[in-house]
Amino acid sequence: MDLSLSDEQKQLQESAERFAREKYTFDNRRKIVATERGWLPENWAQFAELGWLGMAFSEEDGGYGGGPIETMIVMEQFGKGLVLEPFMPTVVLGGGMIARAGSAAQKAALLAPMIEGKKQFAFAWLERQSRYNLADISLKATKEGTGWSLSGHKGVVYNAASADDVIVLARTAGSAREPKGLTLFVVDAKAKGLSRRDYPTQDALRASELTFDKVSVGADAVLGQVDDAFPVVEEAVDRAIVAMCAEATGCMDAINAATLEYIKTRKQFGVAIGKFQVLQHRMVDCFTNAQEARSMTLMASLKIDDKDPTVRAKAASGAKVQIGKSGKFCGQSAVQMHGGMGITDEMSVSHYFKRLTMIDLMFGNQQHHLTRYSNLAMAA
Amino acid sequence: MDLSLKPEHKAFTDEVRAFAHENLSPATREKTFSGKHYDRDDHIVWQKALGKKGWLAYTWPKKYGGPGWDVTQRFLFENVLAEEGAPRILPFGPKMVGPVIYTFGTEAQKERFLPGIRSSEVSWCQGYSEPGAGSDLANLRTRAVREGDHYIVNGQKTWTSFAHWGDWIFCLVRTNTEVKAQEGISFLLIDMKTPGVTVRPIIMTDGAHHVNDVFLDNVKVPVENLIGKENEGWTCAKFLLANERLGIADVPSSKRGVSMLRQIARAEPLDGGTLADDRAFTAQIADIDLQVQALEMSELRVLSAMAQGGAPGAEVSTLKVRGSEIQQRIAELAMEAVGEYAQPYQPGMLFHDTNETPVGPDHAPPAAPRYFNMRKTSIYGGSTEIQKNIVSKMVLGL
Repeated sequence: MDLSLSDEQKQLQESAERFAREKYTFDNRRKIVATERGWLPENWAQFAELGWLGMAFSEEDGGYGGGPIETMIVMEQFGKGLVLEPFMPTVVLGGGMIARAGSAAQKAALLAPMIEGKKQFAFAWLERQSRYNLADISLKATKEGTGWSLSGHKGVVYNAASADDVIVLARTAGSAREPKGLTLFVVDAKAKGLSRRDYPTQDALRASELTFDKVSVGADAVLGQVDDAFPVVEEAVDRAIVAMCAEATGCMDAINAATLEYIKTRKQFGVAIGKFQVLQHRMVDCFTNAQEARSMTLMASLKIDDKDPTVRAKAASGAKVQIGKSGKFCGQSAVQMHGGMGITDEMSVSHYFKRLTMIDLMFGNQQHHLTRYSNLAMAA
Repeated sequence: MDLSLKPEHKAFTDEVRAFAHENLSPATREKTFSGKHYDRDDHIVWQKALGKKGWLAYTWPKKYGGPGWDVTQRFLFENVLAEEGAPRILPFGPKMVGPVIYTFGTEAQKERFLPGIRSSEVSWCQGYSEPGAGSDLANLRTRAVREGDHYIVNGQKTWTSFAHWGDWIFCLVRTNTEVKAQEGISFLLIDMKTPGVTVRPIIMTDGAHHVNDVFLDNVKVPVENLIGKENEGWTCAKFLLANERLGIADVPSSKRGVSMLRQIARAEPLDGGTLADDRAFTAQIADIDLQVQALEMSELRVLSAMAQGGAPGAEVSTLKVRGSEIQQRIAELAMEAVGEYAQPYQPGMLFHDTNETPVGPDHAPPAAPRYFNMRKTSIYGGSTEIQKNIVSKMVLGL
């Protein structure tokens, strides 16, 4: 057993750390939030140049042969900087599903340009009724000649406004909430019949509601097997969850560091408030929570490639439970220890708190994953 | 001992309800139930209606123009108004400075200031916290120097809720720097229109503007605006804080929050049914429901003791601690009930009258912003840490 990073991984960590530190100062980030896209093409080009867009993909897929640990390393630093570039929807989700289920032609047409920084993706799965159930999908794809016609609604689709292609989870057979009968389609973001309502999210990312009105796609738009997308999606989401957990550990480190600094310098009653035992103990609990979050994220990153889907799912859900719990504790504690300052827009802690809160709500909150983990563990 | 209501209380409840139906604008009411922010008129038009009826200063004794209600009537009044979706009465005039003025003020001050508070013609805000004086309030630095018939005031107040709507601000100022911190403080009323008073908005994480910095730069305040004796303002300050802590738990709005949680659970889809089928979630609502009941009963016990002639004691701090935790938990559950659709940020749905349709369900737009915003409840009015210090010292003798 060895839980230390290799030299290459340390270098990756340093370069990601430097990127977040230099490009995502508080003021810089505020400027990026205010741009039309909500992220910077020059940063994306830098990701391509540094090899981050291809690091987790195999060499035969045009990547650099890394894996979940590399993703974890970069996502953690993204969390520290509250980085806004759409790495998660494009690389982790989009790229991940194409690598897992795509044909050689799709990999050439989609994955290769993505790794070069020339294509971005969005993943449209959620519908109004879905909540956290990945199989509760009713957007319909019906056969139309040799191709398909898609009609229905998708919600909270991250990066839809910037994506070149939207990867859509549609029902091609089966009844409501049946895992069988789901199919993934790669749809041109500018396709006729596809309309968008764009908005920012609480944590300053960009998402959209998508309406599909008889959107026609060819047979080659199908990603993977018809009616059999569920295992692909479940795995991709588990991988995204683990990546998000890494991001959350970065957020927690940053918010804890900011709080520690604050309680060392903020004076009341003639002393730094960090001299009060009640705050010392709370700060220790924040530190412990971040440690546990890091541990569970590392464990999940090491298990996510397991051949057994149950091992993988339990690891992802287990980490998500921990991240939900720790993120909430660190976020709420940071605000409390900062006092009123902690909920002003001008302090970084409020922004980390918002991101940590949204991470809990994405792809299933703490309660949801506790139930999922429990069901999997009881079935064993 | 009796929990049941007498017939005259039933009639009283009906009267309050009828009044709310007649006087609360449907638009304001709608904002309450959809979680939108109120604008100034939502508060002031409603408060003026209450004032006209003689109900705005409902905790005041008859002698000062209050209705002279007993504890039960006050309790019913607050609950019915919360159920009807009325905005909370802004406490700064009727709950904070009003009682200070009729307890510590001169006859002339009572005549001058109380009518405007009772009618809501004059809006007040609170000048307590400063950048260096938060939990350590007595550390305040805003200086008032006597020059003839005036004080010249210099300093900065912060976290001043609704200073941008305020006509007057009541301030704690330092009038003596030579003595122990608490002994050199005075309670001063300042007209916000006086030259040298500047208000700067503080934007909170949900995008809302409720609080402000207030800068006082050579502000000339007539000596007759001093309440109580010079350097004895700390007594007024503590009296006011004890009153503030009593109402701040806002049990009626938490009760409304619990019933709104159940409505949201019944409306949120889950696996072909609704979130109301999820026992793990509904148990969490039940848990907070019971916490609200424990808090309400604890508050009633305090009020009942006060009705027998007691003053609110330090145990009121426990109500404030629990009340804020409960408000935060309700907001947290409401956000968790919405799930993924709590992510879109829709300021238009929070702050403006708009015909826009929300992204997701109607109850989604305020869910996350409210959760973020409610973190303030364990900070303002004396943080949880300070309240616990008070209880451990004053009640437990530690």
